[in-house]
Amino acid sequence: MSVRVQREDFDVGAEIAALTQGNTQIGGITSFVGLVRDMGGNTGSAAMTLEHYPGMTEKMLATIDAEANARWPLEASLIVHRYGRLEPGDQIVLVIAASPHRAAAFEACHFLIDWLKTKAPFWKLEETGDGDARWVEARGSDDAAAARWSANTGKEAAE
Amino acid sequence: MKVLYFAWLRQRTGIGEEDISLPEGVQDVAGLIEWLKGRGPEFAEALADTSAIRIAVNQEFATLDTSLGGDEEVALFPPMTGG
Repeated sequence: MSVRVQREDFDVGAEIAALTQGNTQIGGITSFVGLVRDMGGNTGSAAMTLEHYPGMTEKMLATIDAEANARWPLEASLIVHRYGRLEPGDQIVLVIAASPHRAAAFEACHFLIDWLKTKAPFWKLEETGDGDARWVEARGSDDAAAARWSANTGKEAAE
Repeated sequence: MKVLYFAWLRQRTGIGEEDISLPEGVQDVAGLIEWLKGRGPEFAEALADTSAIRIAVNQEFATLDTSLGGDEEVALFPPMTGG
């Protein structure tokens, strides 16, 4: 149960090892890694800069993490989100959920990334390749993905 | 109170963070935004469409009718695009 906001890259294997070390109640670990996708098309570079709201970001990530732990029987969980300038292929976000059973781990991981996308105060500024940049617009499909967890308490995976 | 602006709201207003005294007559976030719009064309333009703005008061999500007493941290920003 921890969250980190950092400029530096992360090592997924090392994070999983550190998170689960010594806990033999864990039967399954699910992770999600978000990468910078090349949206540049024929305009060249599609690097982006992630801005966030220091203070509130950590608070919201902790709230989302606590919600996942309340809904599913997790043995461990982690959210790492980067900020600053990132290039296509770079890792942006890491979510890990570990539980005695796989269903809870899968569902909690999915929930964490869906909620994070619409509730954590991050904004992407995308370089358009001609020296200009534009703010990425929020997508309705992300709201829908987050909303589907509103009605589902996750209790079924606890069985 | 402290007022913070992020992403395109920061760019359009030209301000990231400022300290202001609660303007007279302002009781909620809607009132604050109205007051801010009167400060100049860049504010009027950035804050024209409140449906495009998300609000946090003391780092918790808030709405236009969230009341303000004068010692809050108010943040104005577009819908989030992290992850």
